[in-house]
Amino acid sequence: MKAQTLYEKLWSSHLVRQEADGTALIYIDRHLVHEVTSPQAFEGLKLAGRKPWRVSSIVATADHNTPTDHWEAGILDPVSRQQVETLDANIRASGALAYFPFRDARQGIVHVIGPENGATLPGMTVVCGDSHTSTHGAFACLAHGIGTSEVEHVLATQCLLQKKSKTMRISVEGTLGRGVSAKDVVLAIIGEIGTAGGTGYAIEFAGSAIRSLSMEGRMTVCNMAIEAGARAGLVAVDDTTIAYLEGKPFAPTGASWEQAVDYWRTLHSDEGAVFDKEVVLDAARIEPQVTWGTSPEMVAPIGGRIPDPATVADPVKREGIERALKYMGLAPNTPIGEIPVDQVFIGSCTNSRIEDLREAAAVVRGRSKAPGVRRVLVVPGSGLVKRQAEAEGLDEIFRTAGFEWREPGCSMCLAMNADRLEPGEHCASTSNRNFEGRQGMGGRTHLVSPAMAAAAAVTGRFCDVRELA
Amino acid sequence: MKAFNVVDGLVVPLDRANVDTDAIIPKQFLKSIQRSGFGPNLFDEWRYLDHGEPGQDCSARPLNPDFVLNRPRYRGAQILLTRDNFGCGSSREHAPWALEDYGFRALIGTSFADIFFNNCFKNGLLPIVLPASEVDELFRRCEANEGFRLVVDLPAQRIQCPDDGRMIAFEIDAFRKECLLNGWDDIGLTLRHADEIRAFEERRRGEHPYYFS
Repeated sequence: MKAQTLYEKLWSSHLVRQEADGTALIYIDRHLVHEVTSPQAFEGLKLAGRKPWRVSSIVATADHNTPTDHWEAGILDPVSRQQVETLDANIRASGALAYFPFRDARQGIVHVIGPENGATLPGMTVVCGDSHTSTHGAFACLAHGIGTSEVEHVLATQCLLQKKSKTMRISVEGTLGRGVSAKDVVLAIIGEIGTAGGTGYAIEFAGSAIRSLSMEGRMTVCNMAIEAGARAGLVAVDDTTIAYLEGKPFAPTGASWEQAVDYWRTLHSDEGAVFDKEVVLDAARIEPQVTWGTSPEMVAPIGGRIPDPATVADPVKREGIERALKYMGLAPNTPIGEIPVDQVFIGSCTNSRIEDLREAAAVVRGRSKAPGVRRVLVVPGSGLVKRQAEAEGLDEIFRTAGFEWREPGCSMCLAMNADRLEPGEHCASTSNRNFEGRQGMGGRTHLVSPAMAAAAAVTGRFCDVRELA
Repeated sequence: MKAFNVVDGLVVPLDRANVDTDAIIPKQFLKSIQRSGFGPNLFDEWRYLDHGEPGQDCSARPLNPDFVLNRPRYRGAQILLTRDNFGCGSSREHAPWALEDYGFRALIGTSFADIFFNNCFKNGLLPIVLPASEVDELFRRCEANEGFRLVVDLPAQRIQCPDDGRMIAFEIDAFRKECLLNGWDDIGLTLRHADEIRAFEERRRGEHPYYFS
């Protein structure tokens, strides 16, 4: 049999039918639902007199719009409250495998709760009305973000209309240096291939440096596949995957577990499988990364400088850099280490898992918030992460340092709730997007790893976490 | 969904790459549970000088005179001309909803982000990918000629420049074209295959029961 890529295996095992022009119907195993992109889909379903096809595929939570403090007061913004209550009502009416509503002990960011509950399993197709659904590809799932019309389509038909993607393999070979994390790897990848480099592709992340990452690290990498333009990121199943899943609430048990693991072990690209594109990176050359502009591809190593647009030949690119520097209030050739920091955000579906909080806490222990830093928010990805962190005493380390320890949610990654930047503020953020206005109108976002964010919080500027040890 | 056939429309040039969906419709407007009414907040942070919140009367807000959509010569534009990677970032369908609600019917650029591209077709909005040389030429003409229009002919898969009659061909998937031309709801189309989906599901449940518990 022809050697297959992991993507091809996942595609063919979910193919229901295919039209002559390549448009295919793909069966969906897991549908993650949150409050922002689902109300219009449920409404559409109701108006057409349709019912959800298989409610046991649905796992839902409220995360984007929920506050991260004073939970006892409920949701004060009436528009946000109505959206969250609409989700409550829709899920109550339809049913679901699981629902973790606002203030539930297991509530959290949709891309954190899926894996930690074992609702994301290898070999599944996973969709959610959120672009960061690519996160779940870390489990060798074909997982991607969809729009609200597609949410309605999946609710009604359990299928998605899709065309097959091209395949790209990004191999990161070698050993990552001390202080260099999964976030630095994926930012370096985006710096290399650009934010549209993966458009039209499903990216498989491979190589010894990827295999050495924990599941948390692999999720961080796959999470940002979309920032490279790819709807789906993938990592093959190995012992790390299996060990992570064993004993999770929705993972199979007993004979069913054995049967599943036998199948999951086949979820890797075959020897000799051919990809449409191959990219190779040397892990040893990756340094801690900091974005300086308004697109994730505008990134530099901590020891680098902001580029000078005058040296860029392409006019569209040059104007893009000029516009970004004007928005960011930064001058060409400034060393990255001289950029001041006003706020720090540690959280988001990219970096709010227990390992991320441990990495940040390890830097913070025995230090405190720099005087120039107005606020440091630490927002765990879920109720389970929060309790685990508290059991390990991480919350005390953060509080003692003058950081704010919050309730779980998407928070200042997209600033839909009250957590946001003031105009002109620079933020060291462990999130995934540094777009204009993303963290608040006029806010200036710099994407970094949890350790680098912690280092910025205690020094008041971007500094090399490797020099803080 | 509104059907798309031939659109003869004024063109507005948005000359920047990587226009993300946060710029197209900022997050505060995503709190709505409706599908309509996003047009006044399209490009909110670029279009207005103040901070926008849901439920405002936008007609009283101060406009940014430098933003291209606010220039009188582009008022009523139905075709947006743009650069690489338009619609990148968040999957929010509010972005095509806002573009459509503002009055846009077609977008022309060198590339579009995958999820956004897909979302457009669900909302009667036609994204057209052209080579960079064609897009450069359209930008040049659009900026040079006030009142520059294009005729987007979906059945013939071509764009006509009324000033000199030049034709530019474009590609589109057959299935998407048919849905747009007819304004079809693809859920109805998919449900015609409900028996096939059911059979697939039963087979999968037998082979992989652990995905169905």
